[in-house]
Amino acid sequence: MAEVLFFITAIGAISGAVGVIALRNPFYSVLALVVHLISLAMLFLLLQAEFVAAAQVIVYAGAVMVLYVFVVSYVGGSEEPTGQQAGRTFKLASIAFGGSLFIVLAIAILGSGLQALDGEGAPYVAGFGSPETIGKLLLTDFLLPFEVASFLLLIAAVGAVTLARRRGGLETPGELATYSALDFVRPAGTGTMAEGVGGRRRLPPAADEPKDAPQ
Amino acid sequence: MSISWFLTVSALIFCIGAGGVMTRRNPLVVLLCLELMLNAANLALIAFSRMHGNHDGQIFAIVVMVVAACEVTVGLGVIVAMYRRRVPIDVDELRELQG
Repeated sequence: MAEVLFFITAIGAISGAVGVIALRNPFYSVLALVVHLISLAMLFLLLQAEFVAAAQVIVYAGAVMVLYVFVVSYVGGSEEPTGQQAGRTFKLASIAFGGSLFIVLAIAILGSGLQALDGEGAPYVAGFGSPETIGKLLLTDFLLPFEVASFLLLIAAVGAVTLARRRGGLETPGELATYSALDFVRPAGTGTMAEGVGGRRRLPPAADEPKDAPQ
Repeated sequence: MSISWFLTVSALIFCIGAGGVMTRRNPLVVLLCLELMLNAANLALIAFSRMHGNHDGQIFAIVVMVVAACEVTVGLGVIVAMYRRRVPIDVDELRELQG
């Protein structure tokens, strides 16, 4: 039973991976990656990594892929032009690179002579890889990596907002022409969110105030 | 299933991802191929964790997933900023690091 399930999911994972690099439209590449990630989660389940499999489906196939889909539909999944000059030899060279890398890795895996690689792994222990044990480990032995990872996520969130924010001076004329009552009541520099990202709606420029040049 | 099967699948996915990073020109797809490589590494880590009956590999895989999520967030932010500035979304065209 495990063998059948392994081959089905392994074929799903590999075909998903091939679909990511073979499909022309980036949108379909993202969908192929979702197939790949879900198959991989099943492989994790076969290896008794229940919590990691659940996290893979929820975090990766759920949240991260939604982010990808939004960005692809925002940027517009432009299909790549094919037949670029000097592209074909480079493509062949990179395929040869991938193939030779696989051969090297296969030699390293199969020729390592490790006895344990041919076995099923350690004997079954109830609760191996369950959320309880993982959580206990994360809060005892691996507390520092856990906290560092959370801090890294915070930095990445701040960095993404900083990178993708609207720069000042990019308001459309229509946006500059409309005013809300707050624009007149609120003094400048009160630290609103619009000011924080540099997209503050400006009052009509006074005679002595130079108009900001767009970046 | 013996562990070496899982490792072979992991190596295959890693090589597919490495080939994709070199062939594709859309930075979105390059990021997707990076995800493939990270996931292949995760599969190997979890296979070794199963082999030893030890949880350390699974914790490592979770940390790798966190780092991959951060990388995706910042990478997509860069792509959105490129799109805003009308920079071509093509890694072959982007040869200079001028602001």
